[in-house]
Amino acid sequence: MVIVSFMPRGESTTLPTPLWPSRWSGENYYELLVRRQVDGGWFDYRIVPALLNSLGVAAISTVLGLLLTVPAGYAFAKLRFRGRERLLQLLIASLVVPGQVAMLPLFLIFKELGLVNSYAGLILPSLAGIFAVLFVRQATLAIPDEMIDAARIDGASEGRVFVHIVLPLLVPIVVTLALFMFLGSWNDFLWPLIVLADQHLYTLPVAVAAIAREHAADGELMMAAAVVTTIPVLLLFLTLQRYYLTGLLGGSIKG
Amino acid sequence: MTRQERAGWLFSGPVLAIIAFVFVLPTILALGLSVTDYSIYALADWANLRFVGLGNFNELLSTPLFWRALGNTMLFATLGVPMAIGTSLFVALLLNDATVRWKPLWRVLLFAPYVTSIVATAVVWRFLFNERFGLINRALAALGVAPVDWLGDPHTSIPAILIFVTWKVFGYNMIVFTAALSAVPGDLMEAARLDGASRWGRFRHVTLPAIGPTLLLATVMSVAGFLQIFAEPYVMTLGGPAQSTTTVLYFMFDEGFKWWNLGQASAVAFILFLMILAVTIVQTRIGRRQEWL
Repeated sequence: MVIVSFMPRGESTTLPTPLWPSRWSGENYYELLVRRQVDGGWFDYRIVPALLNSLGVAAISTVLGLLLTVPAGYAFAKLRFRGRERLLQLLIASLVVPGQVAMLPLFLIFKELGLVNSYAGLILPSLAGIFAVLFVRQATLAIPDEMIDAARIDGASEGRVFVHIVLPLLVPIVVTLALFMFLGSWNDFLWPLIVLADQHLYTLPVAVAAIAREHAADGELMMAAAVVTTIPVLLLFLTLQRYYLTGLLGGSIKG
Repeated sequence: MTRQERAGWLFSGPVLAIIAFVFVLPTILALGLSVTDYSIYALADWANLRFVGLGNFNELLSTPLFWRALGNTMLFATLGVPMAIGTSLFVALLLNDATVRWKPLWRVLLFAPYVTSIVATAVVWRFLFNERFGLINRALAALGVAPVDWLGDPHTSIPAILIFVTWKVFGYNMIVFTAALSAVPGDLMEAARLDGASRWGRFRHVTLPAIGPTLLLATVMSVAGFLQIFAEPYVMTLGGPAQSTTTVLYFMFDEGFKWWNLGQASAVAFILFLMILAVTIVQTRIGRRQEWL
């Protein structure tokens, strides 16, 4: 993929298919990321804006997602309140329902509310982190009750107990979850495709799919687009993979 | 209300409210939508909305493309699940062997595709599958196989997409299986070996019961995943050639957001939901019988 992305335009579609570029060329990246001349006019694929959109959307939905789901997961594990067990059962049961069932009515609701074609409409559904709540709950169950009770006896408020006692212990879980959420948002395709109509708002996968529909024959250009989409998340994953994989390994044993 | 009770609601309330709003409410509405003729006319003016009862479902059953999509989706699931689960279990077993070196490296390398964007990797694989210039055909040519028009031939389009999907999801199941395999009791394995159990016998009687629950969970998730295939055909083949890769979800998307037949599309979504539910129930039954749950 990387090699082809550096080939001069058209080289990958010569026979026999070359495995190495005849000369290393940056023109695909230039065209993709900066601009391209079509019939004498300049044309922009809007990949850089899409990249920034994706980054922003993924960052916001990760931060908001964590703020919402981590306290909830803790509450479901350690705080006694009426209706907790029933709600928990409901959450587990709802995992069976595929998200697509909700998509069509959700689109209509958002349309009434004027959220279609906005980032609020894009991000809001990703915050309903049922899986994340259950994930945090599972991890929090391992924290001994005595620790929490001791802090309460010392006069700490419930908020303080959570922030100063529980949260530090959950750091590895939170990092794992953050990575899950970021990657999930970065790679999401169907919902952004539905909810975003305006090219200026496109996230990266939607923008790449749009180019793929129009420029199927430009192998080198598409490879450059794939590189731009893949490399950032791959780097993020490689730097944090220790958390990610151990989180996954630990979670699945209990699962 | 006790202090804990207040804190409990304060902590869990916001996310529960969002879940109710973007998930529970729309799911209930979907049922309502599926018995109306909600279309582009109703989108313009609510007064055009009519109740059609089971009309949408009736109409779907007489739509050839719907049956085609249903068949394609079933084909994806019945071929894809064993393929994805089988290869990842096999590699997890290989990697679990004590003689393998560089385990963490292998794990990361094989897991990497899972975190990449479907759209970007589908673009790459579309290129690899190219009839004239793709590397796959070039490799086959070296073996003396005539070029295959992978994505252009209705007979090979599903296998081609399946190869891509298996490559993509493979790492996730592999990690899950690795976790399960590390919990297989070592002394039991040793005892079986001393009793002269064959490799297959040890797998069948020691490993399999130990990883049973994980295997079941992975299968349930994979079936659900394969029944929801959408982005792959959308990017690679646009549902073609000859509608051979139009899946249920692809059909729903086209029906809903291309033709704006939202009532009809909701009916499709519901059928997909019932399919997933049915398969899950059957699988849990099997799991119970095997005492895996």
